[in-house]
Amino acid sequence: MNDALIFGLTLGKILAVAVPLIIAVAMYVWWERKVIGWMHVRMGPNKIGPFGLLQAFADVLKLLIKEIIVPTNANRFLFFTAPLLSVIPALAVWAVIPFNGGGFVVSNANAAVLYVLAMSSLGVYGIILAGWASNSRYALLGSMRSAAQMISYEICIGMALVTVLVLAGSLNFTAIVEAQAGSKGLFDWFWLPLLPMFFVFYISGVAETNRLPFDVAEGESEIVAGFHVEYSGSAFALFFLAEYANMILMSFLISLLFMGGWLSPFQGWHLGWFSQPGWWWLFAKFFVFATSLLWLRATFPRYRYDQIMRLGWKVFIPISIAWIFVAGIFRFFGVVTIGH
Amino acid sequence: MKRIVDYLKSLLLLELAAGLWVTLKYLFKPKYTLRFPMETIPRSVRFRGLHALRRYPNGEERCIACKLCEAVCPALAITIDSAPRASDGQRRTTRYDIDLFKCIYCGFCEESCPVDSIVLTDILEYHMERRGENIITKPQLLAMGDRFEKSIAANRAQDAAYR
Repeated sequence: MNDALIFGLTLGKILAVAVPLIIAVAMYVWWERKVIGWMHVRMGPNKIGPFGLLQAFADVLKLLIKEIIVPTNANRFLFFTAPLLSVIPALAVWAVIPFNGGGFVVSNANAAVLYVLAMSSLGVYGIILAGWASNSRYALLGSMRSAAQMISYEICIGMALVTVLVLAGSLNFTAIVEAQAGSKGLFDWFWLPLLPMFFVFYISGVAETNRLPFDVAEGESEIVAGFHVEYSGSAFALFFLAEYANMILMSFLISLLFMGGWLSPFQGWHLGWFSQPGWWWLFAKFFVFATSLLWLRATFPRYRYDQIMRLGWKVFIPISIAWIFVAGIFRFFGVVTIGH
Repeated sequence: MKRIVDYLKSLLLLELAAGLWVTLKYLFKPKYTLRFPMETIPRSVRFRGLHALRRYPNGEERCIACKLCEAVCPALAITIDSAPRASDGQRRTTRYDIDLFKCIYCGFCEESCPVDSIVLTDILEYHMERRGENIITKPQLLAMGDRFEKSIAANRAQDAAYR
Protein backbone atom coordinates (compact mmCIF):
# COMPACT_ATOMS: atom_id res chain seq x y z
CA MET A 1 0.00 0.00 0.00
CA ASN A 2 1.21 3.48 -0.68
CA ASP A 3 1.55 6.10 1.98
CA ALA A 4 -1.40 8.22 0.83
CA LEU A 5 -3.77 5.28 1.14
CA ILE A 6 -2.58 4.45 4.65
CA PHE A 7 -2.87 8.07 5.62
CA GLY A 8 -6.39 8.23 4.22
CA LEU A 9 -7.40 5.02 5.97
CA THR A 10 -6.06 6.22 9.31
CA LEU A 11 -7.76 9.57 8.90
CA GLY A 12 -11.01 7.79 8.13
CA LYS A 13 -10.63 5.62 11.23
CA ILE A 14 -9.91 8.67 13.38
CA LEU A 15 -12.99 10.45 12.05
CA ALA A 16 -15.05 7.28 12.51
CA VAL A 17 -14.17 7.41 16.21
CA ALA A 18 -13.99 11.15 16.90
CA VAL A 19 -17.18 12.32 15.18
CA PRO A 20 -19.46 9.74 16.85
CA LEU A 21 -17.68 10.54 20.10
CA ILE A 22 -18.57 14.23 19.86
CA ILE A 23 -22.15 13.35 18.98
CA ALA A 24 -22.15 10.90 21.88
CA VAL A 25 -21.06 13.70 24.19
CA ALA A 26 -24.05 15.77 23.05
CA MET A 27 -26.40 12.85 23.55
CA TYR A 28 -24.81 12.11 26.91
CA VAL A 29 -25.48 15.67 28.07
CA TRP A 30 -29.10 15.25 26.99
CA TRP A 31 -29.32 11.89 28.76
CA GLU A 32 -27.77 13.37 31.90
CA ARG A 33 -30.32 16.15 32.03
CA LYS A 34 -33.11 13.64 31.36
CA VAL A 35 -32.02 11.15 34.03
CA ILE A 36 -31.35 13.79 36.65
CA GLY A 37 -34.69 15.37 35.80
CA TRP A 38 -36.48 12.06 36.23
CA MET A 39 -34.77 11.48 39.55
CA HIS A 40 -35.88 14.95 40.65
CA VAL A 41 -39.43 13.97 39.59
CA ARG A 42 -39.14 16.46 36.72
CA MET A 43 -39.23 15.74 33.02
CA GLY A 44 -35.95 17.18 31.86
CA PRO A 45 -35.57 18.82 28.45
CA ASN A 46 -38.59 17.98 26.29
CA LYS A 47 -39.16 20.99 24.07
CA ILE A 48 -36.46 20.98 21.38
CA GLY A 49 -36.90 18.06 19.03
CA PRO A 50 -38.61 14.78 19.95
CA PHE A 51 -38.11 14.15 23.70
CA GLY A 52 -35.83 17.20 23.75
CA LEU A 53 -33.19 15.22 21.84
CA LEU A 54 -31.87 18.31 20.08
CA GLN A 55 -31.45 20.26 23.32
CA ALA A 56 -27.72 19.54 23.53
CA PHE A 57 -27.19 20.66 19.94
CA ALA A 58 -29.05 23.87 20.64
CA ASP A 59 -26.80 24.42 23.66
CA VAL A 60 -23.70 23.81 21.56
CA LEU A 61 -24.92 26.29 18.96
CA LYS A 62 -25.52 28.85 21.68
CA LEU A 63 -22.02 28.33 23.11
CA LEU A 64 -20.39 28.61 19.69
CA ILE A 65 -21.99 31.93 18.81
CA LYS A 66 -21.20 33.48 22.17
CA GLU A 67 -18.33 35.86 22.69
CA ILE A 68 -15.20 34.55 24.38
CA ILE A 69 -14.38 37.06 27.09
CA VAL A 70 -10.70 37.24 28.02
CA PRO A 71 -9.97 38.75 31.44
CA THR A 72 -7.80 41.88 31.18
CA ASN A 73 -4.76 40.52 32.99
CA ALA A 74 -5.02 37.00 31.68
CA ASN A 75 -2.18 35.42 29.79
CA ARG A 76 -3.84 35.31 26.39
CA PHE A 77 -1.72 32.56 24.88
CA LEU A 78 -2.11 30.16 27.79
CA PHE A 79 -5.72 31.18 28.24
CA PHE A 80 -6.50 29.81 24.79
CA THR A 81 -4.05 26.91 24.99
CA ALA A 82 -5.59 25.48 28.16
CA PRO A 83 -8.91 24.32 26.70
CA LEU A 84 -7.03 22.73 23.82
CA LEU A 85 -4.68 21.00 26.24
CA SER A 86 -7.62 19.49 28.02
CA VAL A 87 -9.61 18.47 24.95
CA ILE A 88 -6.77 17.04 22.85
CA PRO A 89 -5.77 14.28 25.31
CA ALA A 90 -9.45 13.55 25.93
CA LEU A 91 -9.89 12.84 22.21
CA ALA A 92 -6.45 11.35 21.57
CA VAL A 93 -6.91 8.67 24.20
CA TRP A 94 -9.62 7.08 22.05
CA ALA A 95 -6.95 5.93 19.62
CA VAL A 96 -6.31 2.75 21.60
CA ILE A 97 -9.84 1.89 22.72
CA PRO A 98 -11.04 -1.22 20.84
CA PHE A 99 -14.74 -1.53 20.07
CA ASN A 100 -14.98 -5.19 19.17
CA GLY A 101 -12.96 -8.37 18.94
CA GLY A 102 -12.55 -7.98 15.19
CA GLY A 103 -10.05 -5.21 15.73
CA PHE A 104 -12.00 -2.04 15.16
CA VAL A 105 -9.48 0.19 16.85
CA VAL A 106 -7.51 3.14 15.48
CA SER A 107 -4.24 1.77 16.85
CA ASN A 108 -4.04 -1.64 18.49
CA ALA A 109 -1.03 -0.57 20.56
CA ASN A 110 0.71 -3.01 22.85
CA ALA A 111 1.19 -0.46 25.61
CA ALA A 112 -2.37 0.83 25.31
CA VAL A 113 -3.02 0.96 29.05
CA LEU A 114 0.11 3.05 29.61
CA TYR A 115 -0.97 5.35 26.80
CA VAL A 116 -4.37 5.83 28.43
CA LEU A 117 -2.72 6.62 31.77
CA ALA A 118 -0.36 9.10 30.10
CA MET A 119 -3.13 10.86 28.21
CA SER A 120 -5.44 11.12 31.19
CA SER A 121 -2.54 12.59 33.18
CA LEU A 122 -2.00 15.20 30.47
CA GLY A 123 -5.53 16.45 31.04
CA VAL A 124 -4.36 17.90 34.36
CA TYR A 125 -2.18 20.43 32.52
CA GLY A 126 -5.17 21.91 30.76
CA ILE A 127 -6.91 22.41 34.08
CA ILE A 128 -3.89 23.89 35.88
CA LEU A 129 -3.12 26.22 32.98
CA ALA A 130 -6.75 27.30 32.74
CA GLY A 131 -6.75 28.25 36.39
CA TRP A 132 -3.41 29.99 36.23
CA ALA A 133 -3.89 31.81 32.93
CA SER A 134 -7.26 33.24 33.95
CA ASN A 135 -5.55 35.37 36.60
CA SER A 136 -8.48 34.82 38.91
CA ARG A 137 -8.41 33.62 42.51
CA TYR A 138 -11.41 31.38 42.14
CA ALA A 139 -10.06 29.77 39.00
CA LEU A 140 -6.65 29.19 40.56
CA LEU A 141 -8.12 27.66 43.72
CA GLY A 142 -10.42 25.47 41.66
CA SER A 143 -7.65 24.28 39.39
CA MET A 144 -5.37 23.52 42.34
CA ARG A 145 -8.06 21.50 44.06
CA SER A 146 -8.94 19.66 40.91
CA ALA A 147 -5.31 18.97 40.02
CA ALA A 148 -4.50 17.66 43.50
CA GLN A 149 -7.54 15.43 43.36
CA MET A 150 -6.80 14.11 39.87
CA ILE A 151 -3.18 13.35 40.71
CA SER A 152 -4.14 11.52 43.92
CA TYR A 153 -6.75 9.41 42.23
CA GLU A 154 -4.54 8.64 39.28
CA ILE A 155 -2.40 6.67 41.72
CA CYS A 156 -5.41 4.61 42.74
CA ILE A 157 -6.34 4.10 39.09
CA GLY A 158 -2.78 3.05 38.30
CA MET A 159 -2.76 0.56 41.19
CA ALA A 160 -6.12 -0.85 40.13
CA LEU A 161 -4.79 -1.19 36.59
CA VAL A 162 -1.77 -3.08 37.89
CA THR A 163 -4.03 -5.75 39.38
CA VAL A 164 -5.74 -6.13 36.01
CA LEU A 165 -2.38 -6.35 34.28
CA VAL A 166 -1.17 -8.98 36.77
CA LEU A 167 -4.14 -11.18 35.91
CA ALA A 168 -4.24 -10.49 32.16
CA GLY A 169 -0.49 -10.38 31.61
CA SER A 170 -0.77 -7.75 28.93
CA LEU A 171 -1.05 -4.00 28.43
CA ASN A 172 -3.12 -4.40 25.28
CA PHE A 173 -6.86 -3.87 25.66
CA THR A 174 -7.79 -6.59 23.19
CA ALA A 175 -5.58 -9.05 25.08
CA ILE A 176 -7.05 -7.95 28.41
CA VAL A 177 -10.58 -8.56 27.14
CA GLU A 178 -9.58 -11.90 25.60
CA ALA A 179 -8.15 -12.90 28.98
CA GLN A 180 -11.63 -12.55 30.44
CA ALA A 181 -13.13 -15.03 27.99
CA GLY A 182 -14.23 -18.35 29.39
CA SER A 183 -17.15 -20.69 29.89
CA LYS A 184 -18.59 -19.35 33.14
CA GLY A 185 -20.35 -16.34 31.67
CA LEU A 186 -19.94 -13.09 33.53
CA PHE A 187 -18.15 -14.88 36.37
CA ASP A 188 -15.10 -15.17 34.14
CA TRP A 189 -14.66 -11.43 34.03
CA PHE A 190 -12.14 -9.64 36.22
CA TRP A 191 -14.71 -7.87 38.39
CA LEU A 192 -15.09 -11.02 40.49
CA PRO A 193 -11.48 -11.77 41.48
CA LEU A 194 -10.77 -8.02 41.62
CA LEU A 195 -14.05 -6.93 43.23
CA PRO A 196 -12.53 -4.32 45.61
CA MET A 197 -10.40 -3.00 42.73
CA PHE A 198 -13.50 -2.77 40.58
CA PHE A 199 -15.05 -0.40 43.09
CA VAL A 200 -11.79 1.45 43.67
CA PHE A 201 -11.38 1.95 39.93
CA TYR A 202 -14.97 3.05 39.50
CA ILE A 203 -14.89 5.57 42.35
CA SER A 204 -11.44 6.82 41.35
CA GLY A 205 -12.73 7.19 37.81
CA VAL A 206 -15.52 9.41 39.10
CA ALA A 207 -12.97 11.46 41.04
CA GLU A 208 -10.58 11.55 38.09
CA THR A 209 -13.22 13.07 35.83
CA ASN A 210 -14.13 15.63 38.54
CA ARG A 211 -17.69 14.41 38.67
CA LEU A 212 -20.02 14.45 41.61
CA PRO A 213 -19.66 13.56 44.44
CA PHE A 214 -16.01 14.53 43.90
CA ASP A 215 -16.45 17.74 41.94
CA VAL A 216 -14.72 20.07 44.40
CA ALA A 217 -13.23 21.73 41.31
CA GLU A 218 -16.48 23.63 41.18
CA GLY A 219 -18.17 24.77 44.35
CA GLU A 220 -20.85 27.32 43.60
CA SER A 221 -20.82 28.76 47.09
CA GLU A 222 -17.03 29.03 47.42
CA ILE A 223 -15.21 29.23 44.10
CA VAL A 224 -18.07 29.54 41.60
CA ALA A 225 -17.26 27.29 38.63
CA GLY A 226 -13.67 26.48 39.57
CA PHE A 227 -11.01 26.42 36.89
CA HIS A 228 -13.32 27.42 34.05
CA VAL A 229 -14.98 30.32 35.82
CA GLU A 230 -13.47 32.86 33.40
CA TYR A 231 -14.21 30.86 30.26
CA SER A 232 -17.17 31.47 28.02
CA GLY A 233 -18.37 30.52 24.58
CA SER A 234 -16.52 27.90 22.60
CA ALA A 235 -13.53 27.82 25.00
CA PHE A 236 -15.88 26.71 27.72
CA ALA A 237 -17.47 24.27 25.30
CA LEU A 238 -14.08 22.58 24.87
CA PHE A 239 -13.72 22.03 28.62
CA PHE A 240 -17.23 20.69 28.64
CA LEU A 241 -16.46 18.38 25.75
CA ALA A 242 -13.30 17.14 27.46
CA GLU A 243 -15.11 16.43 30.73
CA TYR A 244 -17.88 14.44 29.09
CA ALA A 245 -15.51 12.64 26.72
CA ASN A 246 -13.52 11.60 29.80
CA MET A 247 -16.66 10.34 31.49
CA ILE A 248 -17.50 8.27 28.44
CA LEU A 249 -13.90 7.04 28.38
CA MET A 250 -14.10 6.00 32.03
CA SER A 251 -17.27 4.04 31.32
CA PHE A 252 -15.56 2.31 28.39
CA LEU A 253 -12.41 1.59 30.42
CA ILE A 254 -14.30 -0.02 33.27
CA SER A 255 -16.31 -2.09 30.78
CA LEU A 256 -13.14 -3.25 29.04
CA LEU A 257 -10.98 -3.89 32.10
CA PHE A 258 -13.42 -5.39 34.56
CA MET A 259 -16.60 -6.23 32.71
CA GLY A 260 -15.31 -8.25 29.78
CA GLY A 261 -15.62 -5.60 27.07
CA TRP A 262 -17.44 -7.06 24.09
CA LEU A 263 -17.77 -10.52 25.66
CA SER A 264 -21.28 -11.72 26.34
CA PRO A 265 -22.32 -12.07 29.99
CA PHE A 266 -23.67 -15.48 28.94
CA GLN A 267 -20.50 -16.63 27.22
CA GLY A 268 -20.07 -20.38 27.21
CA TRP A 269 -23.67 -21.01 28.31
CA HIS A 270 -24.72 -21.99 24.78
CA LEU A 271 -27.62 -19.56 24.49
CA GLY A 272 -27.10 -19.11 20.77
CA TRP A 273 -26.89 -15.51 19.62
CA PHE A 274 -27.04 -14.35 23.24
CA SER A 275 -23.72 -15.96 24.07
CA GLN A 276 -21.89 -14.43 21.12
CA PRO A 277 -19.44 -11.60 21.77
CA GLY A 278 -20.08 -8.37 19.91
CA TRP A 279 -19.77 -4.60 20.04
CA TRP A 280 -23.34 -4.35 21.32
CA TRP A 281 -22.31 -5.89 24.65
CA LEU A 282 -19.54 -3.31 25.03
CA PHE A 283 -21.97 -0.50 24.31
CA ALA A 284 -24.59 -1.94 26.65
CA LYS A 285 -22.02 -2.08 29.46
CA PHE A 286 -20.82 1.41 28.61
CA PHE A 287 -24.41 2.65 28.76
CA VAL A 288 -24.97 1.12 32.20
CA PHE A 289 -21.80 2.68 33.63
CA ALA A 290 -22.34 6.03 31.95
CA THR A 291 -25.86 6.18 33.37
CA SER A 292 -24.61 5.19 36.80
CA LEU A 293 -22.32 8.24 36.78
CA LEU A 294 -25.42 10.40 36.31
CA TRP A 295 -27.16 8.44 39.02
CA LEU A 296 -24.36 9.30 41.43
CA ARG A 297 -24.69 12.95 40.49
CA ALA A 298 -28.41 12.95 41.19
CA THR A 299 -27.93 11.25 44.55
CA PHE A 300 -24.91 12.47 46.47
CA PRO A 301 -23.86 15.80 47.88
CA ARG A 302 -20.29 16.98 47.33
CA TYR A 303 -17.53 15.43 49.43
CA ARG A 304 -15.53 17.71 51.66
CA TYR A 305 -12.06 18.31 50.27
CA ASP A 306 -10.14 16.67 53.13
CA GLN A 307 -12.49 13.67 52.99
CA ILE A 308 -11.67 13.21 49.32
CA MET A 309 -7.96 13.25 50.07
CA ARG A 310 -8.41 10.87 53.01
CA LEU A 311 -10.41 8.47 50.87
CA GLY A 312 -7.81 8.50 48.12
CA TRP A 313 -4.63 8.23 50.16
CA LYS A 314 -5.66 6.39 53.31
CA VAL A 315 -8.32 3.99 52.03
CA PHE A 316 -7.95 3.31 48.34
CA ILE A 317 -4.18 3.18 48.00
CA PRO A 318 -3.67 0.69 50.88
CA ILE A 319 -6.49 -1.50 49.57
CA SER A 320 -5.02 -1.38 46.07
CA ILE A 321 -1.53 -2.28 47.21
CA ALA A 322 -2.89 -5.18 49.27
CA TRP A 323 -4.93 -6.41 46.34
CA ILE A 324 -1.94 -6.36 44.00
CA PHE A 325 -0.49 -9.11 46.20
CA VAL A 326 -3.81 -10.95 46.27
CA ALA A 327 -3.98 -10.75 42.47
CA GLY A 328 -0.42 -12.02 42.28
CA ILE A 329 -1.36 -14.97 44.48
CA PHE A 330 -4.42 -15.65 42.31
CA ARG A 331 -2.26 -15.61 39.24
CA PHE A 332 0.59 -17.67 40.71
CA PHE A 333 -1.60 -20.46 42.05
CA GLY A 334 -3.93 -20.38 39.06
CA VAL A 335 -7.04 -19.56 41.11
CA VAL A 336 -8.39 -17.46 38.23
CA THR A 337 -8.59 -18.99 34.78
CA ILE A 338 -7.16 -16.63 32.20
CA GLY A 339 -8.62 -16.89 28.72
CA HIS A 340 -10.04 -20.10 27.34
CA MET B 1 -16.51 -2.73 68.53
CA LYS B 2 -18.77 0.09 67.43
CA ARG B 3 -15.85 1.69 65.66
CA ILE B 4 -15.18 -1.48 63.74
CA VAL B 5 -18.84 -1.81 62.72
CA ASP B 6 -18.91 1.83 61.67
CA TYR B 7 -15.70 1.38 59.68
CA LEU B 8 -17.08 -1.65 57.88
CA LYS B 9 -20.34 0.17 57.20
CA SER B 10 -18.53 3.06 55.57
CA LEU B 11 -16.18 0.73 53.71
CA LEU B 12 -19.07 -1.26 52.23
CA LEU B 13 -20.82 1.98 51.18
CA LEU B 14 -24.09 0.82 52.72
CA GLU B 15 -25.47 4.31 53.30
CA LEU B 16 -24.53 5.35 49.79
CA ALA B 17 -26.40 2.33 48.44
CA ALA B 18 -29.46 3.36 50.48
CA GLY B 19 -29.29 6.82 48.92
CA LEU B 20 -28.95 5.36 45.44
CA TRP B 21 -31.99 3.20 46.07
CA VAL B 22 -34.06 6.28 46.95
CA THR B 23 -33.13 8.10 43.74
CA LEU B 24 -33.72 4.94 41.72
CA LYS B 25 -37.27 4.76 43.07
CA TYR B 26 -37.84 8.40 42.18
CA LEU B 27 -36.59 7.74 38.65
CA PHE B 28 -39.74 5.75 37.90
CA LYS B 29 -42.25 7.88 39.80
CA PRO B 30 -44.80 9.92 37.88
CA LYS B 31 -43.49 13.41 37.29
CA TYR B 32 -44.97 16.53 38.85
CA THR B 33 -44.07 18.77 35.92
CA LEU B 34 -46.90 20.71 34.29
CA ARG B 35 -46.34 21.43 30.61
CA PHE B 36 -47.28 25.02 31.31
CA PRO B 37 -48.66 26.65 28.19
CA MET B 38 -50.55 23.47 27.31
CA GLU B 39 -51.53 22.49 30.84
CA THR B 40 -52.52 24.76 33.73
CA ILE B 41 -53.46 24.07 37.29
CA PRO B 42 -57.18 24.36 38.04
CA ARG B 43 -58.07 27.80 39.40
CA SER B 44 -60.55 28.63 42.14
CA VAL B 45 -63.68 30.57 41.19
CA ARG B 46 -62.55 33.07 43.82
CA PHE B 47 -59.20 33.59 42.13
CA ARG B 48 -58.29 37.27 42.04
CA GLY B 49 -56.55 38.08 38.79
CA LEU B 50 -56.82 40.80 36.19
CA HIS B 51 -59.63 43.38 36.56
CA ALA B 52 -62.71 43.86 34.40
CA LEU B 53 -65.76 46.14 34.31
CA ARG B 54 -69.03 44.33 33.65
CA ARG B 55 -72.16 45.37 31.77
CA TYR B 56 -75.82 44.52 32.21
CA PRO B 57 -77.28 42.06 29.69
CA ASN B 58 -78.82 44.99 27.79
CA GLY B 59 -75.37 46.41 27.17
CA GLU B 60 -75.54 49.23 29.75
CA GLU B 61 -72.40 49.54 31.82
CA ARG B 62 -72.95 48.70 35.48
CA CYS B 63 -70.64 51.27 37.00
CA ILE B 64 -72.47 54.25 38.49
CA ALA B 65 -69.37 56.16 39.59
CA CYS B 66 -70.11 55.80 43.31
CA LYS B 67 -66.34 55.72 43.89
CA LEU B 68 -66.62 53.22 46.73
CA CYS B 69 -63.89 51.13 45.12
CA GLU B 70 -61.63 54.15 44.86
CA ALA B 71 -62.24 54.91 48.52
CA VAL B 72 -61.71 51.35 49.75
CA CYS B 73 -58.64 50.61 47.66
CA PRO B 74 -55.79 50.20 50.18
CA ALA B 75 -53.11 50.70 47.53
CA LEU B 76 -54.74 53.79 45.94
CA ALA B 77 -54.55 52.02 42.61
CA ILE B 78 -57.95 53.22 41.30
CA THR B 79 -58.54 56.71 39.91
CA ILE B 80 -62.07 57.74 38.97
CA ASP B 81 -63.48 60.93 37.39
CA SER B 82 -67.20 61.26 36.87
CA ALA B 83 -69.64 63.51 35.04
CA PRO B 84 -73.29 63.41 33.89
CA ARG B 85 -73.53 61.47 30.68
CA ALA B 86 -74.24 63.65 27.67
CA SER B 87 -77.02 61.48 26.26
CA ASP B 88 -79.28 61.10 29.30
CA GLY B 89 -77.63 62.97 32.17
CA GLN B 90 -76.92 59.80 34.19
CA ARG B 91 -73.98 59.85 36.57
CA ARG B 92 -71.19 57.89 34.89
CA THR B 93 -67.42 57.64 35.01
CA THR B 94 -65.43 59.57 32.45
CA ARG B 95 -62.22 57.99 33.61
CA TYR B 96 -61.62 54.69 35.38
CA ASP B 97 -57.91 53.89 35.64
CA ILE B 98 -56.30 51.04 37.54
CA ASP B 99 -52.57 51.02 38.08
CA LEU B 100 -51.63 47.33 37.94
CA PHE B 101 -48.29 48.06 39.58
CA LYS B 102 -50.01 49.53 42.63
CA CYS B 103 -52.83 47.00 42.78
CA ILE B 104 -52.34 44.28 45.38
CA TYR B 105 -55.26 42.16 44.11
CA CYS B 106 -56.99 42.21 47.51
CA GLY B 107 -60.44 42.17 45.95
CA PHE B 108 -61.81 44.97 48.16
CA CYS B 109 -63.05 46.89 45.10
CA GLU B 110 -65.11 43.91 44.04
CA GLU B 111 -66.48 43.47 47.60
CA SER B 112 -67.39 47.13 47.89
CA CYS B 113 -69.09 47.47 44.50
CA PRO B 114 -72.88 47.81 44.97
CA VAL B 115 -73.64 46.92 41.35
CA ASP B 116 -71.07 44.13 40.78
CA SER B 117 -69.38 46.26 38.18
CA ILE B 118 -65.66 46.01 38.95
CA VAL B 119 -64.60 42.36 39.27
CA LEU B 120 -61.37 40.44 39.42
CA THR B 121 -61.26 37.75 36.76
CA ASP B 122 -59.30 34.51 37.05
CA ILE B 123 -56.77 35.63 34.42
CA LEU B 124 -53.25 35.67 35.75
CA GLU B 125 -51.12 35.48 32.60
CA TYR B 126 -50.63 39.00 31.28
CA HIS B 127 -47.74 41.30 30.69
CA MET B 128 -46.80 44.84 29.70
CA GLU B 129 -44.35 45.70 26.97
CA ARG B 130 -44.05 49.48 27.30
CA ARG B 131 -44.01 51.99 30.11
CA GLY B 132 -47.52 53.22 30.80
CA GLU B 133 -49.23 49.99 29.83
CA ASN B 134 -49.47 49.17 33.52
CA ILE B 135 -52.33 51.67 33.77
CA ILE B 136 -55.45 50.12 32.29
CA THR B 137 -58.25 52.47 31.28
CA LYS B 138 -62.00 52.27 31.21
CA PRO B 139 -62.37 51.06 27.59
CA GLN B 140 -59.81 48.30 28.26
CA LEU B 141 -61.61 47.24 31.43
CA LEU B 142 -64.98 47.20 29.67
CA ALA B 143 -63.49 45.20 26.82
CA MET B 144 -62.16 42.69 29.33
CA GLY B 145 -65.62 42.46 30.85
CA ASP B 146 -67.25 41.93 27.45
CA ARG B 147 -64.73 39.32 26.46
CA PHE B 148 -64.87 37.22 29.62
CA GLU B 149 -68.45 37.91 30.76
CA LYS B 150 -69.36 34.26 30.45
CA SER B 151 -66.67 32.94 32.78
CA ILE B 152 -67.05 35.91 35.15
CA ALA B 153 -70.79 35.29 35.48
CA ALA B 154 -70.28 31.54 35.87
CA ASN B 155 -67.70 32.04 38.62
CA ARG B 156 -69.94 34.52 40.46
CA ALA B 157 -72.93 32.16 40.20
CA GLN B 158 -70.92 29.27 41.60
CA ASP B 159 -69.71 31.33 44.54
CA ALA B 160 -73.07 33.07 45.25
CA ALA B 161 -74.28 30.43 47.70
CA TYR B 162 -71.41 31.15 50.07
CA ARG B 163 -71.80 34.93 50.21
